[in-house]
Amino acid sequence: MATETTATDVAHGGTGMAEAGMPQLDFSTFPNQIFWLLITLAVIYFVLSRVALPRIGAVLAERKGTITNDLAAAEELKQKAVGAEKAYNDALVAARAEAAKIVAAAKADIQKDLDKALAKADAEIAAKAAESEKRIGDIRAGAMEAVTEVAKDTAKELVAALGGKADAKAVTAAVTAALKG
Amino acid sequence: MATENAAHGESLVFHPLDQFKITRLFGEGPIEWYTPTNATLWMALAIITITVIFVLGSKGRALIPTRMQSVGELAYGFIYKMVEDVVGHDGAKYFPMIMTLFIFILTANFLGLIPGSFTPTSHIAVTAVMGFGFFIFVTILGFAKNGMAFLGLFWMKDAPLVLRPIIAVIEVISYFVRPVSHSIRLAGNIMAGHAVIKVFAAFAPLVLISSGIGLVVTPVSILAITAIYALEVLVSAIQAYVFTILACVYLRDALHPSH
Repeated sequence: MATETTATDVAHGGTGMAEAGMPQLDFSTFPNQIFWLLITLAVIYFVLSRVALPRIGAVLAERKGTITNDLAAAEELKQKAVGAEKAYNDALVAARAEAAKIVAAAKADIQKDLDKALAKADAEIAAKAAESEKRIGDIRAGAMEAVTEVAKDTAKELVAALGGKADAKAVTAAVTAALKG
Repeated sequence: MATENAAHGESLVFHPLDQFKITRLFGEGPIEWYTPTNATLWMALAIITITVIFVLGSKGRALIPTRMQSVGELAYGFIYKMVEDVVGHDGAKYFPMIMTLFIFILTANFLGLIPGSFTPTSHIAVTAVMGFGFFIFVTILGFAKNGMAFLGLFWMKDAPLVLRPIIAVIEVISYFVRPVSHSIRLAGNIMAGHAVIKVFAAFAPLVLISSGIGLVVTPVSILAITAIYALEVLVSAIQAYVFTILACVYLRDALHPSH
């Protein structure tokens, strides 16, 4: 038992000594690593400098150019939009002024028509009123005549009925005087 | 029976560093410099991942990007801005190199988080090649671009004249320490995190051996694995970022040595 453990210990120690320390300090592997490292770096350098980096650089430059162009185009479009808005506003103001003018003209026209119609209506009304007045005058004159006639006749009859002899002339004069009075 | 139990108990022995071993992919034998190893495999997987994201992802060249293209574009924009901010406009020339470093480290770190995987960036050999390689590159570049004026990096003109030589000595020392800290920081962080996860993972099957204390230890260690794993996800990205931004700083010093 005891010998066994010592044996394993020795074996362990032995292997430990054989592979002493870090594999990093095993100089026998250095040429191998350096050789392969130089090849690797050369390949990577070749791949990057010949293919990858110019391509990526070109893509980045192209993207930068595109973005710059797009920004410029956007700025231009913005200016155009501002111009269009200004034109729209100008047109709106002009249209408003035009509309106001038209409204004023229409109002003036209507007023003129209205005045004419009013004047015509007034004239007609005045003519009708004059005619009516004349007719009323006629009717009044006719009525007066009739009243005089009736009064004369009535007075003659009254005088006759009262037994007097009616002098037609005197009766007429009296009635006329009474009507005038 | 007792010995069997003891043997079973000894199977709990920790090998937190075994995950960093370099092994042959095929057959037996020594590891030569050209032998395909697990390091080769996981570096190849990193290449494939990067190719899929950056080449296939951007294949459509879409103005409105797909998700994969978006990932590639975000990484591109992130590193490009970093290079431009830290190094300056003349740094754009070195952007593919910085991008290569960043993307390789980031991808290797993340692939290394797959359970059972191998993490190339946990090896000092890998990070040192990148760290020292970049250090040598920026030093040569500094002299090539500025000549002897590059040494002005160590000569503080704002400091009092008496202090300038002392500061210069300190600056020179710190300059040469840069690649060491640059590479050890990355490998150390990745290695430590992976080893800690492995230690907790070794505790996790304790319930199979001792149903007494194991009932407590197993859930706690599983929770700990989860927590450390989340932290490691963060560390993977942050260390890639730190390595890259330090590379940018060193590059700036090489291009513009005057303070």
